[in-house]
Amino acid sequence: MSGKFERVAYYPGCALEGTGHAYNRSTKALGKALGLDLVELKNWNCCGAMEVKNVDPKLQTYLSARNLSIAEKMGFDTVMAPCNGCYHNLKKAEYDLAHDAPSREVNQRLSTKAGHQTYEAGKVETIHALDWIKQAIGEEGLKARVKNSLQGLKVANYYGCMYTRPRHIFPEKDKEPGSESTSKPHFMDDLLVAAGAENVEYPLKTACCGGAHTLSDSDTSTKLVLNLLTTAEACGADVIATECPTCHTGLEMHQKRAETVFGRKTTVKILYFTQLLGMALGLSARKVGVHENLSDSGDLLLERGLL
Amino acid sequence: MATASLPAESATERLDAIIALPDTALAPAASSLADELLTIGEAALTSWLTAKGKTPTTSTVESFRLLALHRQGARGDPSFNACRETCRELVYLTNCVRAAPDDADAARLIRLAAMVARHLLLFIDGKLEVAGLGEFCCSSRPLRLRETAHAAGNP
Repeated sequence: MSGKFERVAYYPGCALEGTGHAYNRSTKALGKALGLDLVELKNWNCCGAMEVKNVDPKLQTYLSARNLSIAEKMGFDTVMAPCNGCYHNLKKAEYDLAHDAPSREVNQRLSTKAGHQTYEAGKVETIHALDWIKQAIGEEGLKARVKNSLQGLKVANYYGCMYTRPRHIFPEKDKEPGSESTSKPHFMDDLLVAAGAENVEYPLKTACCGGAHTLSDSDTSTKLVLNLLTTAEACGADVIATECPTCHTGLEMHQKRAETVFGRKTTVKILYFTQLLGMALGLSARKVGVHENLSDSGDLLLERGLL
Repeated sequence: MATASLPAESATERLDAIIALPDTALAPAASSLADELLTIGEAALTSWLTAKGKTPTTSTVESFRLLALHRQGARGDPSFNACRETCRELVYLTNCVRAAPDDADAARLIRLAAMVARHLLLFIDGKLEVAGLGEFCCSSRPLRLRETAHAAGNP
């Protein structure tokens, strides 16, 4: 086990307190089962999601800088964000504060006004939940802990578009062999294979889920999700594994909507990768929040002896 | 099949038809279908550029016009990069088919490529609607601008 990520600051973000609560529950349960320590940031704030940057990008940078400042004050040099939106915004803030003087100026001014320490780039590293498990435990460590192998389960790994985009804010990716790739990400694939699953070749692993259209144009979101689902089924997947609460909820909601609005029924199941790994480690479906998902994967889990 | 001027609905119907074909029909036509899928993708990107008032490039990136069109479409609009990997995946799958059109896997790869192309069309369709540029049609914006100009007495 890598000592570096054994104890990290945890930034769940707003979605994990709402529709993505199953992701929050399963991430914490997985960490506990693996002996990893997550310490939630005290008094964290919303990262601004996709909305604030449309009004004032520098204010958005400040919102993430404040969270990074809290992590630093709590004595951490690493913060883990499981949500792709939060992860992206923290990474972008780090990049902007390192490369853009006006962003630093706004951050300094607002931090002073708010009465907290101004965050300076380079003090805290942001990682995703995938980095966390991959670096702290790794495939071999995971293999050694598997009690309930996912053998026979065919998985399409869906990363969504925010995990790797834009490439310049992820300087650690596309480096040495084995590092995460922005064009063909593989960390989730690697971890689930270690838990016994069989990954299918899924050509839409970083494609858009239509999350941004959900409120303004639901039909577009439904059509995009339906294409993700039917493609996963065409690839032979039993399950789509997710690592973003927005993508996950979108897949679940629009799977149902595709059936009611367009009469297109798909049967592929949707589960967070943390739920799949947790169950492989012997945690109960309830412990990893399967009952909190909007979709029902009970029959498949029962069939596979995971329920 | 010439598809450069196909509106979204016809292109989507064509993709649905390709996806529904049995392997026995896909395999012998794999090479030409690969070309057609790239052309459909290019037409979708051309629609985006035309609607934004840009002249679609005829140049290539890594030997593919599709990638050059995507790069042009994303210039000044970073959110358009959400379809970057979709374009690259389309190129990858069609490359696989072109490299070995007689391979036993060619039919499956073409079907996957058609699904990827369908995602690109849906994405661009959604972007056009959200941007207020009308539905997916390669000439929607210029037509609307002309109508607006005409209504204002400036033909």
